[in-house]
Amino acid sequence: MEITDALALFLLGALVLYLVLGIADFGGGILNGLSSGKTAGAQRKLIQSAIAPIWEANHVWLILALVLLFVAFPVAFRVLSESLHLPLELMLIGIVLRGSAFVFRQYGTGEEHGLWERIFSVASFTTPFFLGLAMGALTSGTLRVSSGTSYLGWLDWFPFSVGVLTTAAGTYLAAVYLTVEAKEVELRKAFILRAYWAAGVLVVAAVASAVLVPSTAGVFQDRFLRFWFIPAAAGVALGASLAALRLRTTKLARVFAVAAVASLVIGWGAAQYPYLIAPDVTIDSAAAPEATLRPLFGALVLGSLLVLPSLVWLMVVFKRRD
Amino acid sequence: MALLPRLDMALSLGFHIVFASIGMTMPLLMVLAEHRWRRTGEKQALELSRAWAKGTAVLFAVGAVSGTVLAFELGLLFPKFMEKAGPVIGLPFALEGVAFFTEAVFLGLYLYAWDRLKPAAHLAAGWIVALSGLMSAVFVTLANAWMQTPVGFSLADGGFTDVNPLEALLPPSAGHEVPHGVLASYAAVATMVAALHAWRLLKEPGSKFHRLALKIAVLVALPANLVQPVLGHRSGMEIARLQPIKLAALEGHFENQTGAPLLLGGWPDYEREETRFALPVPKLLSWLATGSTEGLVVGLKGFDRELWPPRLARFAFQLMILFGTALVLGYGWLLVDWIRTKRLAGSPKLLKALVVMGPMGVLALEAGWIAAEVGRQPWIIYNVMRTEEAVSDRPLLLSLVLFGLIYLLLGFVVTKLIAHYVRRGPRILKETDGNH
Repeated sequence: MEITDALALFLLGALVLYLVLGIADFGGGILNGLSSGKTAGAQRKLIQSAIAPIWEANHVWLILALVLLFVAFPVAFRVLSESLHLPLELMLIGIVLRGSAFVFRQYGTGEEHGLWERIFSVASFTTPFFLGLAMGALTSGTLRVSSGTSYLGWLDWFPFSVGVLTTAAGTYLAAVYLTVEAKEVELRKAFILRAYWAAGVLVVAAVASAVLVPSTAGVFQDRFLRFWFIPAAAGVALGASLAALRLRTTKLARVFAVAAVASLVIGWGAAQYPYLIAPDVTIDSAAAPEATLRPLFGALVLGSLLVLPSLVWLMVVFKRRD
Repeated sequence: MALLPRLDMALSLGFHIVFASIGMTMPLLMVLAEHRWRRTGEKQALELSRAWAKGTAVLFAVGAVSGTVLAFELGLLFPKFMEKAGPVIGLPFALEGVAFFTEAVFLGLYLYAWDRLKPAAHLAAGWIVALSGLMSAVFVTLANAWMQTPVGFSLADGGFTDVNPLEALLPPSAGHEVPHGVLASYAAVATMVAALHAWRLLKEPGSKFHRLALKIAVLVALPANLVQPVLGHRSGMEIARLQPIKLAALEGHFENQTGAPLLLGGWPDYEREETRFALPVPKLLSWLATGSTEGLVVGLKGFDRELWPPRLARFAFQLMILFGTALVLGYGWLLVDWIRTKRLAGSPKLLKALVVMGPMGVLALEAGWIAAEVGRQPWIIYNVMRTEEAVSDRPLLLSLVLFGLIYLLLGFVVTKLIAHYVRRGPRILKETDGNH
């Protein structure tokens, strides 16, 4: 394997981790907005205590992906920064408002609690959506390098559909995670119900995305079908996850949920290869000189050895069942 | 036009740096308070540590999200800079990311696992938060130092080749910029914290909580404010050597001169090529810049007119020195009084002085960074790439306005919240403990 491919794999890994950890936090915010029924208050309380210790740390995967991009694939970074300017800004605004609202409502004086509650919930929708939109756009082949074109290449059905898909995935993951954390039966049932709904939206969005892949995406659809077993595995994992929820084996459901989302992203990555931004920017054409790539790879391996154990420890301390 | 991206970035950086500085300094203060509690068992020490930790949690979060904005804005605002420079200065940014992550993880543990961790582990977690905060600041300043004195690459056909990231990690200006910039953050925050607690002591003179808070804050603010000018002087000498046109602009110095006077105040007139209405102190600039009263100081006229940095650099520089000097005098007085009376800030006069000095550290911090960055113009990479070659062509006015409004809102809310916390003092713990 080439070093450029290895680094692209790291990038994909960072993306997967951001989705199953960071975007799941956003999913929690979405569920916060959708809390209802007898256990509504308990739902919100659980969401807050689940997210509070980890949401900031989970930014790191996004930063990692960004740094990887501008160090290893600077051409792609520039093109994305220019052609996806507006969606990325909106994604940022979601990040800023979500995080601020979350702490203001947690540590606030209580006066504008309702306002921050609403901002937290609404902002939580925007980041997963625009992240998905961005990913859809760079698949769709509508982001062209030759400028003078509109900055609206991402404004299309396929990216929109992937945006919805990502939002649903984040919501589904959050719901499943929360079923594990919920201690009372009624609360757990509430999140299981929400997980079913999110899974429904997820499946519809996935099918819609598959149908809406534009012709400009070139070989993407063919490659996606060639590696059919990966999205198939995602589907199976999702089914297993739902079955596990039905059987109330929530920890197993969590494992399968993560597997489902991860597989979907890996399948997407395999189909995208070798493009970073279809059809003008490939992994090789965007790559920085080898003199940079080698130490970067070393730093990443070293960093993972330092960072991953800390993350595992953090999760263990907070997610272990007392 | 490079102005909008520059304004956008300046806004985000100016906002973020306050919260990032808090994220470096507050963990230090809260750990010192916890140490005091573990040692003496004093109730107010525990209350202080926990109250400071709560405040830190909110402010750290705002720092984290505004930092994320900056990471994106590097690309959104300066895509052509990142395309060329990304591979060269990726390393300090990556290391900053690791430091931030470590800080976030251990802050999570410090705040939420207080009851689950043994005392030694909890204290260790706190120290790791403080240390990673420091490392983050160091790495980010290293990236800036590279922009001021770029090394670790060769220029060929308008591109960067022979990239050596390790050499780029320690540029020549790092030696002066990192200590001065980092200490500025500690000074700014500790001075502000001291002011807030001095304010409460004027209203509640008997409060042991605020007394202890003041003591710990001054423990950091006092040495920081007194050492800063020394580091600043060193920076001045290094800038004279490494970026002479910047020094000339900061000092409003136009002519190549030996035995050059230091100009206090005044108005740099770029048309008439002189600084008018300034108060000259003879020979002092030569001495400050070169160590000798007859040393040569290169003036702006020794350089191409189009390379002259904007005059804002000088104004910011003078403001920084003004506030820095006031802090030295004020804290110097505090120290003398402390030694003489054996009491820290025993008189209301001193407490009031502490309150007045509160914002000066932050203002000096912002002014100093404005001087550093505007003084680097028209370059984004000094002597290598102009800012106007680096910027995005995208329409940016809307983003500027939008983010400006968001920062205004967040700043307002945070100020209100912290004022409330400080006013309530130790009572804030009971009032917000349901929410953690």
